[in-house]
Amino acid sequence: MRRIDVGAIREDFPILSTRMNGKPLAYLDNAATSQKPRQVISAISEYYGRYNANIHRGIYKIAEEATEKYIESKSKLARMINAGSSREIIYTRNATESINLVALSWGEANIRRGDHILITEMEHHSNMVPWMVLARRKGAVLDYVRLGKDYNLEMGSLEKELSKNPKIMAFTHASNVLGTVNDARSITTKAHKAGALVLVDGAQSAPHMGVDVRGIGCDLFALSGHKMLGPTGIGALYGKEELLERMEPLLTGGDMIRSVTYESFEWNELPWKFEAGTPNIAGGIALGTAVDYINKVGIGRIRAHEESLTSYAIERMGRIKGVKIFGASDHDANGRAGIVSFAVDGIHPHDVSQIFDGEGIAIRAGHHCAMPLVTQLIKEPALSRMSFYLYNTEEEVDRAVAAIDKVKRTFKL
Amino acid sequence: MDMYAEEIISHYEYPHNKGRMERPSASFHDNNPLCGDDMTIYLKISGQKISEAMFDGSGCAISMASASMLTDEVKGKSLAEVGEMDARSIISMLGIDPGPARLKCATLSLRTLKEALLSYRKMPADGSVREL
Repeated sequence: MRRIDVGAIREDFPILSTRMNGKPLAYLDNAATSQKPRQVISAISEYYGRYNANIHRGIYKIAEEATEKYIESKSKLARMINAGSSREIIYTRNATESINLVALSWGEANIRRGDHILITEMEHHSNMVPWMVLARRKGAVLDYVRLGKDYNLEMGSLEKELSKNPKIMAFTHASNVLGTVNDARSITTKAHKAGALVLVDGAQSAPHMGVDVRGIGCDLFALSGHKMLGPTGIGALYGKEELLERMEPLLTGGDMIRSVTYESFEWNELPWKFEAGTPNIAGGIALGTAVDYINKVGIGRIRAHEESLTSYAIERMGRIKGVKIFGASDHDANGRAGIVSFAVDGIHPHDVSQIFDGEGIAIRAGHHCAMPLVTQLIKEPALSRMSFYLYNTEEEVDRAVAAIDKVKRTFKL
Repeated sequence: MDMYAEEIISHYEYPHNKGRMERPSASFHDNNPLCGDDMTIYLKISGQKISEAMFDGSGCAISMASASMLTDEVKGKSLAEVGEMDARSIISMLGIDPGPARLKCATLSLRTLKEALLSYRKMPADGSVREL
C-alpha cells in the first residue's frame, strides 16, 4: 500500500500552519475533534454564499441544488460505511444525539421493568448515561461487560451478561481512552444469538478505519461528523431500514410528515421521518465533502499511517522513565486505534497538558468523558492523551517526547 | 508568562501546612471531579481570627501550590479580611495568570476555605464571606 503524502495533506488544513504560544501547532487531540481541510470549510461558505435555500421545499434552482447536495452527502456516507442505502442514514448533531435518539425512541417503546440493557465498562459517557437514564426510568437493569487484562473486554463476562438475554447491547467500536478496537462483528453475532438488538458507537472508528456496518451486522451505528474532518453539529445514526421503519420519531413537526390534516398525520418516509424541522444543511453538505476527502486519501491508508504513528509513539514514550501508557499492550492491526493515553509519574495531567501547550502541542487531559473507566478501573484522577489523524507526523511525536522531558525538568524529576 | 514559576514549583514540591489538623475549629472537603483535584481545608479560629490553617489533598501543581500559599497567607488574618478575598487575591498571591482554563484549579483552595468559614457556626451570617 502506497503511503499517504502527509506534506500535501497538511497543505489542505489551514490551521496546521498556524502557531500556538509562538510554536507551530502540533494538534494531537483528534479523538476530541479533528481539524478541517479547506475543501470542507469552502463547502460551508459555498452553500451559504451561492445556493443557500431550504431543502425539500422550493421549486427553484438553488433549493433543488441544496436538496440534491444534502441527499448526496447521505449517499456518500452510506457508501463509506456500507449501509444499504441513504434511507438508512439519519442526520443528527453528533454520535451522542444518535445514541440518545435510540434510547429515547426505541428504548421508550421496547424496554420494560426488569429488562436487561447491556453496555461495557469502556464506554464514553455518551454511550452510558442515556442507558442509565433509560434503565432508571423503566425500572430496567443496566449490566456491564467487564474489562480484563490490558483493559480488553473479558469474553467470559460477555457470555455471562448475554445469558441474561438483554434487549439491547450497546458498545464502542474503538475506545476513546484506551484505543482498544473491539471485534464488533463477533460481539454483534454473539449478542444477536442472545436476542439483543445491537448498537455500535462508531465515534472513534468511523473517522479512522474502514467500517462496514452490514459486515458487522449491527442494527444501529452512531458517528460524529466533527471527528472525521466535518464541521461540528452534524453526526449520523445508521439503522437497518426495517428497524427504522418500526421506530417512532423523537422530534415531530415540519419535513418529517407526509401529510397532515386537522385530525391526523402520516410520517414521512425514511430517513426524513427522523429529521424534524430544517436540518443542518450546511453541515450535512460539508460532511459529504469530508467523506470525499477521506475517500480520496483512502481510509485504509489513513489507518496504516495512524498505526505506524501509534507504534512509534508507544515505542518512544515507553522508553521514558516514569511514563506509563494505558491500553492494549500488544500492538497489531486490529489492536489499537491512534490513541495513546499516558500518565507521568507524580505529575497531574493538567500540568502535563499545560506544559505541552507552552510548546505548541495540543493534547487532552482529564477523564475523557469516561469517568468510571479512568477513576474506578484505571484508578487515576485523570489521564493525558495523544490521538492522531492523517495529518500528524513522527516529528510531532518527537516534539511530544521532548515536551515530556520538559515536564520532568520543570518538576525536577 | 511561565505558569510554572520557581515559587509555584517549590510550593508544589515542598508544600507548607500540608496534612490533617487535629480538632480544627472549621474544616471543609471539596473536589473538582473534572480535574480529579481533591482538597480539605482545616482552620483554627480564635477571637474572629484565623490562628492556624492547614490543607490536605491531591491535584495539579496550581491547585496544590495555591493551597500551600493560601494557608500561609490567611494565618493571623481576621475572618472579615479572609471573607473579602477573591480570585484576584489568588492571582496576585500566585504571581501568575492561570488563564480561564486553570482558574478553577487556582481558586479551589480559596473556595474550600470559604466553605469552611461558612460552616463555622460562629460566623456572622451577614454575607461578609464574599462568593467567588
